[in-house]
Amino acid sequence: MIRFDNVSKSYPKQNRPALREVSLEIEKGEFVFLVGSSGSGKSTFLRLILREERASHGQVHVLGKDLARLSNWKVPHMRRQLGTVFQDFRLLPNKTVAENVAFAQEVIGKPRGEIRKAVPQVLDLVGLGGKEDRMPGELSGGEQQRVAIARAFVNRPMLLIADEPTGNLDPQTSVGIMKLLDRINRTGTTVVMATHDQNIVDQMRKRVIELEKGRLVRDQARGVYGYQH
Amino acid sequence: MRAQFVLSEIGVGLRRNLTMTFAVIVSVALSLALFGGALLMREQVSTMKDYWYDKVNVSIFLCNKNDAATSTKCAKGAVTAQQKEQIEADLQKMDIVETVHHESTDEAYKHYKEQYSDTAIASVITPDQMQESFRVKLHDPEKYKVVATAFAGRDGVESIQDQRNILQNLFDLMNGMNIAALGVMGLMLVIALMLIVNTVRVSAFSRRRETGIMRLVGASSFYIQMPFIMEAAFAGLLGGAVACIMLLVGRYFLIDHGIALADKMQLVNFIGWDAVLAKLPLVIAIGLLMPALAAFVALRKYLKV
Repeated sequence: MIRFDNVSKSYPKQNRPALREVSLEIEKGEFVFLVGSSGSGKSTFLRLILREERASHGQVHVLGKDLARLSNWKVPHMRRQLGTVFQDFRLLPNKTVAENVAFAQEVIGKPRGEIRKAVPQVLDLVGLGGKEDRMPGELSGGEQQRVAIARAFVNRPMLLIADEPTGNLDPQTSVGIMKLLDRINRTGTTVVMATHDQNIVDQMRKRVIELEKGRLVRDQARGVYGYQH
Repeated sequence: MRAQFVLSEIGVGLRRNLTMTFAVIVSVALSLALFGGALLMREQVSTMKDYWYDKVNVSIFLCNKNDAATSTKCAKGAVTAQQKEQIEADLQKMDIVETVHHESTDEAYKHYKEQYSDTAIASVITPDQMQESFRVKLHDPEKYKVVATAFAGRDGVESIQDQRNILQNLFDLMNGMNIAALGVMGLMLVIALMLIVNTVRVSAFSRRRETGIMRLVGASSFYIQMPFIMEAAFAGLLGGAVACIMLLVGRYFLIDHGIALADKMQLVNFIGWDAVLAKLPLVIAIGLLMPALAAFVALRKYLKV
């Protein structure tokens, strides 16, 4: 599903590379936590998977494709097989819940009939049935994140990338979001989630990948957030 | 791809930048109107050239007995019959000459009387004061020099006059106006392009949330860019339409009504409506494509896809 071979990434005007010789493999259907302090390279790791950046050295394979060899115009098609969720939800404030979810299908040209069927279905799945016509501003943070997850999942991606999805949420709401991500994972979707939330990582007991100053320092099946805590 | 979705996005974008859109429309309209005007002016000049050059002659004025005293070129006295025959024969031999007409003093007198009937000088002038001349019509009026060099300085020839010279000043003036119009057009075009680039930048910035999400869910770059390009093209199309209206109204007021040059300058045959209409598709096409192209180039810089 995802394979990093000796991947390094340096940004111009920065002395220290953001990622250094990272090699790892994530299999289909896995649930992986990506942990590490700020600046450890988590975001760069995710951006490489989304091909927002290209690796400086080494190879990144996502869904069986070598991203270095993927031409620019094919990138959108690759991204259609990925879902993304962010800490700040990234919803369109002037569109309703249903429109926000439908947007992800409209912009890739899904037929209207299919959209009409898929949107209520996925909203039910994330527990927002009946709130189709609400505006994002009227919803709580947890509900907004559920909309974002619905949008990420509505195209049934093979892989869901979540960048601190619970970062803005209280612990109780976070648990709800994690249950939802777990449910999505059980449908066969691979989930890669960057997080700072120790409790969540410790409770879920999933694979943990830890980055420190751009290096892979720990890759542990059924791991916890960190030894030092 | 769904047309309705794209159209609503364009509408939102245009309304959001209403003032900028308006500025784009005006500057595109002005530059295109000047462009069309310059094209029409050039056509007008060439029509007038065709019309007038067809009528102009090269005139070879011959010495009469009065000139012998006043002009150094006629120092040998009035032209003789033999000289006249020789000149006419030589003219007929030249390939570039279409027709030769000999204007006698009596004819010259008659024409002069007709043209200047109400002046004092016309009443005292006599036929023997007039100059005899050959009126030479050339296949190609531009070949005047050949005739001039062949006959200048010959005995009995006082002067050679190219009537094109009289028109040349008018054409120079019109060409000058044409170049000025093209210069202003160039300036307006630069302004229009800069406005479009700026509009695209503002519009890309104000919609970065949408475009960011579109990118994440895998919308193609064409799909993300299209609303911006369509916006610019739509504004440009409106500008082009306004330019067309300006050209039509311009011809109407300048030639037929209002200033009504057609009444005041009846000897000039002005370009017709067909000439104006023939330019409109070009104006519209440039109005549509140029802003779209400018937007496309601007997007490479301001919109990450």
